[in-house]
Amino acid sequence: MPTIIFHSPDGTTHKVEARVGASAMETAIKLGVPGIVAECGGALACATCHVFVDPQWIEATGVAEDFEDEMLDDAETPRQERSRLSCQLRMTEELDGLELTIAPEQ
Amino acid sequence: MSEAGGARSHTDVLIVGAGEAGLGVATELRDLAFGGHVTVIGDEPYLPYQRPPLSKGFLEGKEDEDNLALRAPAFLDEHDIEVLQGRRVVSVDLADKGGTATLDDATTVQFEKLAFATGARARELPVPGASLVGVYTLRTIEDAKQVRTALVDTARLVVVGGGFIGLEVAAASRRRGLEVTVLEATPRLLGRVCAPPLSDYLMKRHAAAGIDIRLDTSVVELVGNVDGQVTHVRLADGATIPADVVIVGVGALPNVELAEKAGLECGRGIVVDQAGRTSIDGVVAVGDCAEQPHPNLPGQRLTIESVNNALEQSKLAAHVLTGVETPRRGVAWFWSDQADLKIQIAGISDGYDAYVVRAESTRLTVLYFQNNRLIAADVVNNPRDFLAVKRALGEGRSIDPERADDLSFSVKELLQGQA
Repeated sequence: MPTIIFHSPDGTTHKVEARVGASAMETAIKLGVPGIVAECGGALACATCHVFVDPQWIEATGVAEDFEDEMLDDAETPRQERSRLSCQLRMTEELDGLELTIAPEQ
Repeated sequence: MSEAGGARSHTDVLIVGAGEAGLGVATELRDLAFGGHVTVIGDEPYLPYQRPPLSKGFLEGKEDEDNLALRAPAFLDEHDIEVLQGRRVVSVDLADKGGTATLDDATTVQFEKLAFATGARARELPVPGASLVGVYTLRTIEDAKQVRTALVDTARLVVVGGGFIGLEVAAASRRRGLEVTVLEATPRLLGRVCAPPLSDYLMKRHAAAGIDIRLDTSVVELVGNVDGQVTHVRLADGATIPADVVIVGVGALPNVELAEKAGLECGRGIVVDQAGRTSIDGVVAVGDCAEQPHPNLPGQRLTIESVNNALEQSKLAAHVLTGVETPRRGVAWFWSDQADLKIQIAGISDGYDAYVVRAESTRLTVLYFQNNRLIAADVVNNPRDFLAVKRALGEGRSIDPERADDLSFSVKELLQGQA
């Protein structure tokens, strides 16, 4: 199982195991990692699972495109270059060790 | 979490219903550092799961059961939330303080406080043939699994009801190549929830995708063959439409019977105030089953069937149960995915007295006003407009209706008064 390291806005770090095929958002919510709201449950409808991808992982995850990109423009925390909505990060074995910082305001 | 059958005989807060709202009350109680026992009882054999994908990604096979689960068993354990799956509460006796619930296996659970989160059930089509093989409603994971299987080897789908679920299923099925007909009894799609411009827009887009949409069309009978399998849908004008599968999406009925028998005031739903308090002290109701004060029409009440409503109500109700001052409610919102159309709705438009349409190529935004104040927006394929309106409604900002159709400014700019 690939692991994800989440840095939460409250300063805590959470190393969690993700199911292949699950999104990073879903993994965080199911296990109660603090900071992600994800009200829409992964439908790309609410922009409340905003994360910053660690620089070394951005190539593997890719950057936001299309609808996700537009959603990020008006996310509660101003977007950065490596902003993603974590519901769109679908976990694979290749993403084992993925490191994400959760945006402070969702 | 506990084993099925292992209900505590006494709990501090009993939550009847294990959907988004029921689980929401439980998790919010823990967020408020409530230390007592919390028991959630649900009649489906699943841990709490998301319903919206059932007519979207789950139906299309993009998501599986694991994706739908709301929380991991480890989370429930860690937060000491006891969830009883596949068990039904058959009666509730309220005492001066607290009460007793009786389950379907005759065991009883005593409680200090109670939350009804009993949800809603799909309304059946009140015509002959509604129980033929091949006729489905879509509400639960079991329904969705059956529909998913039924649609695999199907050529002709008839959807009865031009509401959100019907249109989502129609759009997803059409995309997979099925011949799809949508029958809507009223003169337009989504008539109960939006203004004509969105109805007309969706009509056009779905028709262009090859869906045969018939408005003002009532079904009088579902006709089957000797094996009891549906073959045709008969319309009020006598015409018949061939169908291999019929999906009925004609609304939901709040599950109020348990609360009604327990003596709570009920209308269409269980009557609650802004924070989910029912007519009886120490008892709250949340989610699809709750009938709340209308935000725009004083003296009227409404039920709202959405994830956001379930979460907002459960948050407030948990505050009530723990005796903590309730926070301000967030802005109501809703979404629907219909093929390549992403519909996002901010606010409650019911009660509007004017609307302004902003249309650009494949995008559409309908801004709703009451007494010249912005109260809601329906947005198609334009997340910026949706998020701008949602935020503005939360902050009490409005837009000048006279200028709202000026496409040289974005909705966000108009809301910021930059125009």
